[in-house]
Amino acid sequence: MERTLALIIGLVLIGAIPWWFFGKHTETAGDAKVDGGSQAATVVVKGGYSPSTVVLKKGMPGKVHFDMKDSTACLSHVVFDKLGVDKDLTKQSVTTVDIPTDQAGEYNFACGMDMFHGKVIVK
Amino acid sequence: MRKLTSSQRFWISFVLVIPMLIQMLAMPFHWMMPGYNWVALVTTTLIMLVAALPYWTSAWAAFKHHNANMNTLVAIGTTIAYFYSLFAMVTGRPVYFESAAFIAVFVLLGDTMEERMHNNASNALKKLLDLQVKNAMVLRDGHFVQVPLDQVQVGDIIQVKPGQKVSVDGVITSGQTSLDESMITGESMPVTKKVGDTVVGSTINGDGAIQFRATKVGQDTMLAQIVEMVKKAQTSHAPIQNLTDKISGIFVPAVLIIAIITFVVWYSFLGATLVQAMLFAVAVIVIACPCALGLATPTALMVGTGRAAKMGVLIKDGQALEEINDIKTVVFDKTGTITVGKPTVTDIVGDPAEVLTVAASLEDNSEHPLAKAVMKAAADKQITPQTVTNFTAVEGKGVQATLNDQQAFVGNDKLLADYQITDDFRQRMADLQDEAKTVILIGLAKKVIGLIAIQDAPKPTSAAAIAALKARGLQTVMLTGDNDRVATAIAKEVGIDRVIANVLPNEKAEHVQALEQDGKVAFVGDGINDAPALTAASVGIAMGSGTDIAIESGSIVLVQNDLRGVVKALNISKKTFNRIKLNLFWALIYNLIGVPIAAGVFVGLGLQLSPEFAALAMAFSSVSVVTSSLLLNKVRIGGSKPATVTQ
Repeated sequence: MERTLALIIGLVLIGAIPWWFFGKHTETAGDAKVDGGSQAATVVVKGGYSPSTVVLKKGMPGKVHFDMKDSTACLSHVVFDKLGVDKDLTKQSVTTVDIPTDQAGEYNFACGMDMFHGKVIVK
Repeated sequence: MRKLTSSQRFWISFVLVIPMLIQMLAMPFHWMMPGYNWVALVTTTLIMLVAALPYWTSAWAAFKHHNANMNTLVAIGTTIAYFYSLFAMVTGRPVYFESAAFIAVFVLLGDTMEERMHNNASNALKKLLDLQVKNAMVLRDGHFVQVPLDQVQVGDIIQVKPGQKVSVDGVITSGQTSLDESMITGESMPVTKKVGDTVVGSTINGDGAIQFRATKVGQDTMLAQIVEMVKKAQTSHAPIQNLTDKISGIFVPAVLIIAIITFVVWYSFLGATLVQAMLFAVAVIVIACPCALGLATPTALMVGTGRAAKMGVLIKDGQALEEINDIKTVVFDKTGTITVGKPTVTDIVGDPAEVLTVAASLEDNSEHPLAKAVMKAAADKQITPQTVTNFTAVEGKGVQATLNDQQAFVGNDKLLADYQITDDFRQRMADLQDEAKTVILIGLAKKVIGLIAIQDAPKPTSAAAIAALKARGLQTVMLTGDNDRVATAIAKEVGIDRVIANVLPNEKAEHVQALEQDGKVAFVGDGINDAPALTAASVGIAMGSGTDIAIESGSIVLVQNDLRGVVKALNISKKTFNRIKLNLFWALIYNLIGVPIAAGVFVGLGLQLSPEFAALAMAFSSVSVVTSSLLLNKVRIGGSKPATVTQ
C-alpha cells in the first residue's frame, strides 16, 4: 500500500517539476527611478535576480544597483559580458554598475557561473 | 549569519562536525560515543543554521522565481537528511545527522576553495594594474617635481632616471636609453630608444636618463587600454558556452526527476526500505554538480586571455579564441604587416641630381609613404624642392605639374602609355621590380628621364613566423595593392604561398570573403584600409603599431609589431580552447558517471556511495575544474620565447 502510494506521489512530482520550472510564467520588468538628471534601477539578488529584466531610458546616465541578499557562492559575482564588468557583490551590500545609455540596446548579465541570467534594456 | 564569509562559515561547521567525524572513524572498532544521538542533534542543528540555512533561503527564493540551481540540490539534500533524522530520533529509529552535516560542510568547503581560486584566476588583471607607477617627476616652473600620476597632463615634460619606470606614454625629448618593454610586449630583449622615439607607460628604464613629453595619460595610455581589453575578454562568452547554457537550464530539474525515479524504483519496485531508497535519492541530488559545467569555460577563458596578454597578445573575446582554432588560411596585408612599413630609396637610375630634383619638387607636399622616401633621399643629398604650378594628381597613376615651363611627372608604370621610355630604362625597371622594389618613373617633357627604386624590406622575423604557420598546415596569402612583381618577390623572400596583388583598398574585404568560401580566414593587417578586411575575416588580427581603427576592428591585437605574435595567438588559443573542451568533458563525464553510481545502479558490483561521499565528490569536481583552468598558467606554450631569426 505505502509502496504504491510512493509510486503515485513520485509520478505526480515528476509531472509537477517540468510544469513549475519550464512552464510559461510571466514576470514584469522593473523600471528605473528617475532622480534629477540620472536614473537608477534596483535588482534584488536572492536566489536569482528580481526583477531579472530592468528597463532604462536612452540618453540619461543610468545605473543598476544590485542589492545582495543571498549569501551562497552561486550569486557572489555579477558579470556583464559586453561591458567587461565582473563585480564581487559580497564586498558591500549594494553594488552599483554604470550602464551606458547613449544607444538603445540590451546588456545581459549573469552570475559568475552563467547559471542565473538577467538583462538591462535601454530604450 | 549573513555577515560571515563562506570560509568563516566553513571553519565553524568544521569544528562542529569533529565529534561526528570521530564517531565515524571509531565505528569499525565498535565504539559508540555516549549520547551520540544528542551530540549529533545539537552539532548538526548548529551546522544547519550556520552552513545550510543560506542555501535553503537562496533555493527557496529561486524556487519562487521558477528557478532551480546548485543551491536547490544542496538545500533538498540537507533538508531531507536533517528532517528525516529528527523524525527518526523522535520515533526511535536510526538517525542520519552526519549525512546532513557532512553534505553542508563539504559543499561549503568546495565553495570556499573555488572562490579563492576564482580570485587567483582573475589575478592577471590585478598584476597588470600593479605595473602602473604612482608618481612621476614632472617639469613644473623649471624644476622637476614629484607629481601624483593622475595629475600628469598631456604635454608635460617628464624625467625618468635609470632603473625607474616610465609613468605614461610619450615621446622622448632628450637623452638615450634602453627600455625593458617586456611587460607590455612580452619581448624580453630591451629596446634602444633615442630622441623622437615613443615610450610606453609602466616600462622600465635601463641605464640612460631620459626626458619625454607626455602624449597619452590616464585612460588613454596603452596600459589602461590593455587592461580594459583584457577585462572585456575575461568576461566575454565563447560560442561553446551555448551548449552549457542549454544543459544548465534543464540540469537541476532533470536531476530532481532522476532522484524521484531512483527513490520510487528502489522503494516501490525493488523492495528496499524507505531509508535505503531515501539515501540513494539524496546521494543523487547531492552528487550532481551543475557548477563544474558552469565553471568550465569562464575560468579557462579568464586564465587563457590573461596569460595571452602577458605574452603581448590581446584576445578581445572568447569568440576569437574559439574561431582561430578552425582557421585554414592566414591572409596578410603587405605594407607594415609583413614589411617594416617604412620604404626607403635604394636605387636611382639616370642623373641622380636631376631625377631627385624633379621627383622632390612634385612630391613635396604628399603624405604618401613612397613620397616620404623620395623626400628623405632628396634631403640626404641636399636637394631642395622647387616650386611647381598646375599641379594635378592623375588617379591611380601619379602626379604631374609644370616645372620651369616644362611638363613634369612622377608616377608608376601605368603612365607608360602616355610617355616615351628607352629600352634601357625599360630593362632596368624590370630588373628592379624583380628585386621586390617599387619603381617610380620620373619624366620631363614627355620623356622618362630616370627611375627611382624604393623598397620596403620585410621585417626580420616575418619569414620565421610564416614558416611556423605553414608548419601548422595553414595556407598563407598576401593581399596587397602593390604590383605583381614586387609582391611576388616579397612573398618569395618570406615564404608566402599565394599572392593577390593590385588589390584596391576597398577590394580587400571582398577578397577575404572569397577566401572564406574555402574555410575560415584570419586576416592580419595594420592600416585604416585594412579595417573592412579585419572585420570581414573570421578572425581579424591587428598589429598594435597600427592605426586605432585597425585595432578597433581586429578581434586580436598584437602589442608587438611582429608576426610571430600570430603564432603565439594560435598557440595560446589552442591551449585555452583545448582546456575548455577538457573541462567540459570532465564535468559532463563526472555527472554522467556520478549520478548512476549514486542512484545505486552498480550496487550489484559492490559500488555504492553514501550521501556524504557524494557531497565530497561534488565539492571536488568543481574545484578540479578550476584547478585545471589555473594550470593553463603553467603549461609550456610554444612561441612564448623569442624564436631565433633565420635569414
